[in-house]
Amino acid sequence: MASVAHIPVPRSNTTIPVPTGLFINNQFVPSLDALEPIKVYNPATEEVLCEVTSAGEKDVNRAVAAARTAFKTTWGKNVTGFERSRLLNKLADLMERDQQSLAELECLNNGKPVKVARDFDIGDSVACLRYYAGWADKILGQTIEVDRKTKVAITHPEPIGVCGQIIPWNYPIQMWAWKVAPALAVGCTIVMKPSEITPLTALKLSELVVEAGFPPGVVNTIPSLGSVGGAAISSHPDIDKVAFTGSTITGRRIMEAAAKSNLKKVSLELGGKSPHIVFESADLEQAANWAALGILYNTGQDCTAGSRLYVQDTIYEKFLSLLAVKAKELVIGDGFDEQTGGGPVVSKGQYDRVWGYIESGKKEGARLLIGGEKRSTPGFYVDATIFADVRPDMKIVKEEIFGPVLSVGKFSTEEEVIALANDTTYGLAAGLHSNDAGQCMRVSQALDAGTIWVNQYNMLNNNVPFGGKKQSGIGRELGSQALDEYISTKAVHWNYGEKLEWPL
Amino acid sequence: MSTIWDHEFDTPVFKGKVSFPTGIFINGKFTEGSTGNTIDVINPTNGKVITKIPEATADDVDRAAKAAHKAFDTVWGLKCPGSERGKLLSKLADLLEEKWDEFAAIEALDNGKAFWSAKGDVGISVDTLKYFAGWAGKSHGKVIETTEDKLAYTRHEPIGVCGQIIPWNFPLMMMAWKLGPALATGNTIVIKPSEATPLTALRMASLIKEAGFPDGVVNVVVGYGNTVGAAIAEHMQIEKVAFTGSTLVGRKIMEAAARTNLKNVTLELGGKSPNIIFNDADLGKVVNWSVHGIFFNHGQACCAGSRIYVQSGVYDEFLRRFTARAASLRLGDPFSADSYQGPQVSRIQFDRIMSYINSGKEQGATVHLGGERQGEEGYWIKPTIFTDTKPNMRIVQEEIFGPVGVVIKFEDEADVIRQANDTVYGLAAAVFSQDINRAIETAHKLHAGTAWINCVNQLHPQVPFGGYKQSGIGRELGEYALDSYTNVKAVHVNLGHNL
Repeated sequence: MASVAHIPVPRSNTTIPVPTGLFINNQFVPSLDALEPIKVYNPATEEVLCEVTSAGEKDVNRAVAAARTAFKTTWGKNVTGFERSRLLNKLADLMERDQQSLAELECLNNGKPVKVARDFDIGDSVACLRYYAGWADKILGQTIEVDRKTKVAITHPEPIGVCGQIIPWNYPIQMWAWKVAPALAVGCTIVMKPSEITPLTALKLSELVVEAGFPPGVVNTIPSLGSVGGAAISSHPDIDKVAFTGSTITGRRIMEAAAKSNLKKVSLELGGKSPHIVFESADLEQAANWAALGILYNTGQDCTAGSRLYVQDTIYEKFLSLLAVKAKELVIGDGFDEQTGGGPVVSKGQYDRVWGYIESGKKEGARLLIGGEKRSTPGFYVDATIFADVRPDMKIVKEEIFGPVLSVGKFSTEEEVIALANDTTYGLAAGLHSNDAGQCMRVSQALDAGTIWVNQYNMLNNNVPFGGKKQSGIGRELGSQALDEYISTKAVHWNYGEKLEWPL
Repeated sequence: MSTIWDHEFDTPVFKGKVSFPTGIFINGKFTEGSTGNTIDVINPTNGKVITKIPEATADDVDRAAKAAHKAFDTVWGLKCPGSERGKLLSKLADLLEEKWDEFAAIEALDNGKAFWSAKGDVGISVDTLKYFAGWAGKSHGKVIETTEDKLAYTRHEPIGVCGQIIPWNFPLMMMAWKLGPALATGNTIVIKPSEATPLTALRMASLIKEAGFPDGVVNVVVGYGNTVGAAIAEHMQIEKVAFTGSTLVGRKIMEAAARTNLKNVTLELGGKSPNIIFNDADLGKVVNWSVHGIFFNHGQACCAGSRIYVQSGVYDEFLRRFTARAASLRLGDPFSADSYQGPQVSRIQFDRIMSYINSGKEQGATVHLGGERQGEEGYWIKPTIFTDTKPNMRIVQEEIFGPVGVVIKFEDEADVIRQANDTVYGLAAAVFSQDINRAIETAHKLHAGTAWINCVNQLHPQVPFGGYKQSGIGRELGEYALDSYTNVKAVHVNLGHNL
């Protein structure tokens, strides 16, 4: 396997060089475990782009050792907030400089359109790095009045230590930024396992980590199989915290492994089956736009996808017709084509999964409005699919599909739809459309989800916290809350005036 | 059309050409003043004119306020997200960092401080701008639980057009301290640099334009205190004034604000900060700190440790070493590589300080060191130490703002704390003792906005700074600075309560 893969960029004469080794201590190195390399695919063509090194347990140990050394010597409490801020800002500048080629690489590996990757994924990621760069020198403890005479109590917010971070394949660059930024801002060091399906941009970003000037060992990148690297990280005795974004089923395993090993801190961003509610007073045209976005953005491969749509009975058929037209307007195709608004699903595995759900929808008797037919051309394409008149017990209503497949149900009263919406083990997001302000308030208070969109969907901001209730997760990302996930508070009781009488 | 200042530096520490507009900067453009009058910018090493710049008037302040208002209503304030404001502030910091030496040279020429000292000021200015760039968009309101039928929350909004009046002792640094929090929170600005030291502020105006701040967001208006300063303090459409300078002028600003539109006022005023040295202080280190405390920046620092209280057990040894160190400080040309101290900033300041020195002599204090001018040309004053003072002497009570320290012997801890607090000022204080318990206890008892333990004159962009008592109102630096530029709006959304 070559140490650098030169990935050809379609419709041009250029190639993007991608290092294929494991990134440990600011260098790309071969594996100590010599496992079978990972084949990296282009989901639009089903062809292999290249191979990258697959990390094994010995490699994880090496990465953790590098991260621990850095934490004790050049990072952690040995680096000022100012310096962390400067480096994060520099990394943001470099990502911005390279946004076109990073976007092309992201499109080749993940399938999402180049313009979406560049302007949304990478644009937001650059802003995310800059946002946390701003926090780095503002991590404040407290002084707490005890008795004003003999003692001061202060809290030091300290970095937790070495953090394992496991990220998914749906937003490879953006999930990387969401994890890396707050951890580095606080002073933690990182062992990052990108998804084995989409490891390329994480490897490329590791080059920028070096160029920005981060000391060796602060960020380590080790693509590996979930069952190998993911398992090794979650059970590692010298990792202080694991942050995972992915499926609920894997999230459970991570938390169990953490409990069984060293009780490392755990934060999880898991799945969702988010309800999207349209009340009769809503601006239907706008609501239809948001509903289309909610299920089709990123080809439905979004943990917050508004995958259960509930439409009030008085506007049900009208809204469905509107939505069907909108859904068909999105061009799903080749990401290098300017017209394309959505790409293929990321892999054969996902393709089979999503089609399995579509077949189940048909079998369980849901009304198929649009979609539901496979293409005959290459690429893991799934076209927009809408099932109407669904019942709560259907598989397509209960389980997360993670594709552009929408289930639509009908309701008459506010109480009824709140019950339907909350009837799930998930609690990541929800959306509602209404022009009645009181209704907006009541319903947003009543929905059991970590993010509620009112008259909108899918739009996040770097400074607003994000995370799940119930089985959608533990902890919060984004906003100032993300910093808390990487901070361990130390309380110092400093006596300057009390003399102890002994014996008591 | 605007005046341009062209200058070629050819000095041992800096060589280079500078060229930049020095007009009145309003709405993104440099212009002449409304009267066509000019201000002489003087070189304090020789009293000669460096250049003439347009003088702004009350009419120019009015024009600036209008431009700032328009910008606030259209492209800044609540119309511009924090991430964008942060990006522009970051860019401004980067541009300043790129021109580090150029700014240091301009500052040294204009203010008279040594080039090495000016370089330090530029560094702090860059760090301060970067620090506040990071705060933009992070000032959160709160959601507050009241009853089931209400949503109550606060919004942190910018105030609007803020007038800022800055002094001549750290011209560039004071500009960074003011611009940082005001712009981060979304305010627009009419800033009056000191007419004694306007050059780095005018150079910054060009950088502000280059960084991409929309026109009207920052307006730089150089004029005199009793015209431009007063116009800002009295302006009915300027909603806030922030002033750093003397307590005397601070009063006038606050009175003017009260008389006109009750604009929000924050003040950073004078100080007569005590420096308390206990018997168990580490003398070698304390001497260096004490010299830094009173002679840094030629004593032209609001927080200067100008009253040095030394416990009797170490008084003689401290005084001997302190005097030797002070006597070894090199006075010289700001651009000479081995100069520690340049001239005082102006003729007026020079005369003021000399008058205090004379009053000390007249009131019977002992001139232990210095007490006179150095050289025939320019405004150098020798590092001066007075001893054998009485508490009611003018040199003990009043702020001198020059390289003049008084050293006072004390014995009793409670008494020195009483003496230290016996002043209308309350800006800073320092305590030196190896017994950390005593040092902390003493620091807690001193009435000052900054208490230094085993150090003095140490500031960081993230730690707040400001005065108790007549040393000021409000805090600069740190998260606290944001409060001075924020209006809190409480929003009550009724969800079901009917009357």
